[in-house]
Amino acid sequence: MSGIGVPARRLEDGPLLRGEGRFAADCNAPGQLHMRVVRSPVAFGRLLGVDAGEASTLPGVVAVWTAADVADLPPIDFRMTRIEGLAPFRQRVLAADYVRYVGDPVAVVFATDAYVAEDAADLVFCDIDELDPVLDPLADPSPFMPETQPGLLSEPAVVRKGYGDIDAAFAAAHRVVELTVRVGRHSGVPMETRGALAVHDAARDILTMHGAAKVPHYNRDAIARMLGRDRERVQLSEGHVGGGFGIRGELYPEDVLVCLAALRLRTPVKWVEDRREHLLAANHSRDQTHRLRAAVDARGFILGLDAEFFTDQGAYVRTHGGTVTDLAAGLLPGPYVIPAYRVAGHVRLTNKTPAGTYRAPGRYETTFARERLVDRIGAELGLDPIEVRRVNLIPEDAMPFHRGLDTLGTHVVHDSGRYHDLLDRTLAHVGFDDERKRAAERRSAGEAVGVGLGWFVEKSGLGPKDLVRISLAGDGRLEIVTGVASIGQGVETALAQICAETLHLPIETMRVVHGQTDRIAYGMGAFASRVTVMTGSAVQIASAGLLATARAAAATMLQAAPDALGFDGGVFASPAGASVSLQAVAAHFEASGKVLAAEGEFAADHMNYPYGIHIARVRVDRETGGVAVERFIVAYDIGRAVNPLLVEGQIAGACAQGIGGALFEEFVYDEGGQPLAASFVDYLMPTCHEVPDVETFLREDAPSPLNPLGVKGAGEGGITAVGAAIAAAIDDALGRPGLVSRLPVSPARLHALISGR
Amino acid sequence: MPDKIAITLDVNGKSYDVNVEPRRSLADVLREDCGLTGTHLGCEHGVCGACTVLVDGRPVRACLMFGVQAEGKAIRTVEGLADGDVLHPLQKAFWENHGLQCGFCTPGFLMLAVGALEENPAMSEAELRDVLSSNLCRCTGYQNIVKAVRLAADEMRARRA
Ligand code: FES
Ligand code: FES
Repeated sequence: MSGIGVPARRLEDGPLLRGEGRFAADCNAPGQLHMRVVRSPVAFGRLLGVDAGEASTLPGVVAVWTAADVADLPPIDFRMTRIEGLAPFRQRVLAADYVRYVGDPVAVVFATDAYVAEDAADLVFCDIDELDPVLDPLADPSPFMPETQPGLLSEPAVVRKGYGDIDAAFAAAHRVVELTVRVGRHSGVPMETRGALAVHDAARDILTMHGAAKVPHYNRDAIARMLGRDRERVQLSEGHVGGGFGIRGELYPEDVLVCLAALRLRTPVKWVEDRREHLLAANHSRDQTHRLRAAVDARGFILGLDAEFFTDQGAYVRTHGGTVTDLAAGLLPGPYVIPAYRVAGHVRLTNKTPAGTYRAPGRYETTFARERLVDRIGAELGLDPIEVRRVNLIPEDAMPFHRGLDTLGTHVVHDSGRYHDLLDRTLAHVGFDDERKRAAERRSAGEAVGVGLGWFVEKSGLGPKDLVRISLAGDGRLEIVTGVASIGQGVETALAQICAETLHLPIETMRVVHGQTDRIAYGMGAFASRVTVMTGSAVQIASAGLLATARAAAATMLQAAPDALGFDGGVFASPAGASVSLQAVAAHFEASGKVLAAEGEFAADHMNYPYGIHIARVRVDRETGGVAVERFIVAYDIGRAVNPLLVEGQIAGACAQGIGGALFEEFVYDEGGQPLAASFVDYLMPTCHEVPDVETFLREDAPSPLNPLGVKGAGEGGITAVGAAIAAAIDDALGRPGLVSRLPVSPARLHALISGR
Repeated sequence: MPDKIAITLDVNGKSYDVNVEPRRSLADVLREDCGLTGTHLGCEHGVCGACTVLVDGRPVRACLMFGVQAEGKAIRTVEGLADGDVLHPLQKAFWENHGLQCGFCTPGFLMLAVGALEENPAMSEAELRDVLSSNLCRCTGYQNIVKAVRLAADEMRARRA
């Protein structure tokens, strides 16, 4: 039996290993047309017209649409964090008056063959009066669409939060430490590009979109609203998803277009983007510049933090609304007490691909900024940065710790944590003093080797609620129906293990249904490391409910009191020695025309807060500016690990992405707003050469009191402090505190820093 | 539409008669014309390796080769790896060592590793890493992939001995 805590191999792997997965591009329907998007070749301009004449005459082309054909569709609305003032900046499914980034969809071509659709798209001519693009998010706000939306400027919102007496803090300061840092523009970039197949079953009047991910229920409702249909007549179906990371599965213009086309053209419509399109059109992320000022006392204790930052949101505000900026503003203080805090987070539009969330949104950025600040405080006061952290960490007896502000509409309350304890254990586990000593020795021998540390607090388990239905058939097959989505993280196995913990049945007999809007009334989906916490808790509750129902029936069958029954290995036993298995109880239900089943609902008002530490050892090549990550440790307290094998997999994968963002990946634009990283040749993702074997130091010292399992999410903490730890390690390697103030630390950038240019 | 050419492909020991445009990539022919969707496309410009298949025993990027160029050659794809219900040692090792998460890159890594290990089952760790660094995975951080391939290599060597 594989209950909680067992490193069970995954239920989902069989078809994936055999090449029998069903990813978006693997879905086909008879008679399908292929959709190809015509995208703006320029970053900013007035769209004067689209000439599709030549394209339409190509044999095989069925239709070409421009904005005029979809004028009745509303723009794509926000799924989250609907901040006042953002609405006018939403994206339409096809650009109408202006194009605002290279890749902005201006037309779509439908053809009988994918190659023909691509040929035809090349023949569509966009008449655009080019304007100077805005590429600097720090520049003064400028007109969004000068002629058609006069007065609308490129700063849709400023998120302000704070608590405590910030002026008093600065008045009392021993010293004020200031810092400006920037995290570059990068994103999730899953290996599978986006794709969808829409099929309208006219006989039943049901529109189905295959290729859904992440938030199928929400997107079903949104698509139904945009197309003016009952939501009962729209279904979203999720097959395999080749990576999510926050960006995949949000509602994009293309999803709406395939659905509309399947209805209007009365035939299935398929769309699969190529990699260039993905890099130009799917959500970008990060790209924040932070200006921090800290009032500190002589021990380095932060009395007050005054922060201003800018999020480069790109051309439009997409489904996430103000999520990234809001999270950054709310969680910047991280693990530290910081009695007074004031922040202004500016959402700024530029002529780049629109941005959204990417794994640890707002935390990767703010952790880099905050940890760089703490290192700077240490350097300016002549203190060991580790000691500065110790002085500032929230003490255990202050838990639960009320931060005194909100994010994502919930109060930030650190539910549990033993921060000092984790710091001590981690330093000992890693042999931190030895690491430092050896690095110093290697430096004296001429190498540039250094060690750095970053602290982080994650958040997980965003509510409001999740529903699960579990049923056990008489032949022993168990079905767990959830509203969750799977994006490749092992959801099925983890949920089955939680169920097995209570019902003592083998996980191999369990089928976990997810991402099917026709199977369950609602579901919040897979984001914000919420699945194990929210859905897992609902599974636990449903399992307990099913067990209670079975126990009552078993008691009748065994003629004993329910309380008197033992339950072990999936079998109820009476004090008299009679026994009946759970499966036999289910068969008994079936024989009387019933089903042994239970529902579980779990609701939570507050998120929980896993936390941890990243430590990096790097070697810098002074000649080339190249950075090799020699050792990387992630210490992470997630309350309770449902499957350590999967948790470690999440951490290692997230960490590799963090290394990518810290050293290699960046969406660079030229002065004209042309993207220079539009293929994998220029957008550099780490290979197994650049990523060391990540050592995980998994702790379960502070279970969450907010859910019955005690779990906290594990999906994001592997990435959060990577930039911070690597930056500190590079500083150390070169003996220049505060040298790294910008990610990614590409070889060219570091070489320039080393040679003082 | 450009003219189509009739070709016969030998994939996993079976022959497929297909009519394809000369410009159609081998990956598209396998996926769309032969119905073998286990070969994935992650970039279509030769970088990610998701489309890796074996052509006459050597790993090849199926997005960079035309279908018509593959006529007369022995093509192997992920669908041909397992022997009925029995997984190939590499597939088994990936499963046991959590060498996949979303599984999108997996067919490419499997075929890359099969090709490399069949040619040289005694690869050193460094050589293995060199080979595996030619494909991209966005989920796993590679360590379990490298581990799985190493363990499978041991087993494949033991079987041969
Ligand atoms: S799809 Fe062929 S290498 Fe990426
Ligand atoms: S497992 Fe997802 S890309 Fe490798």
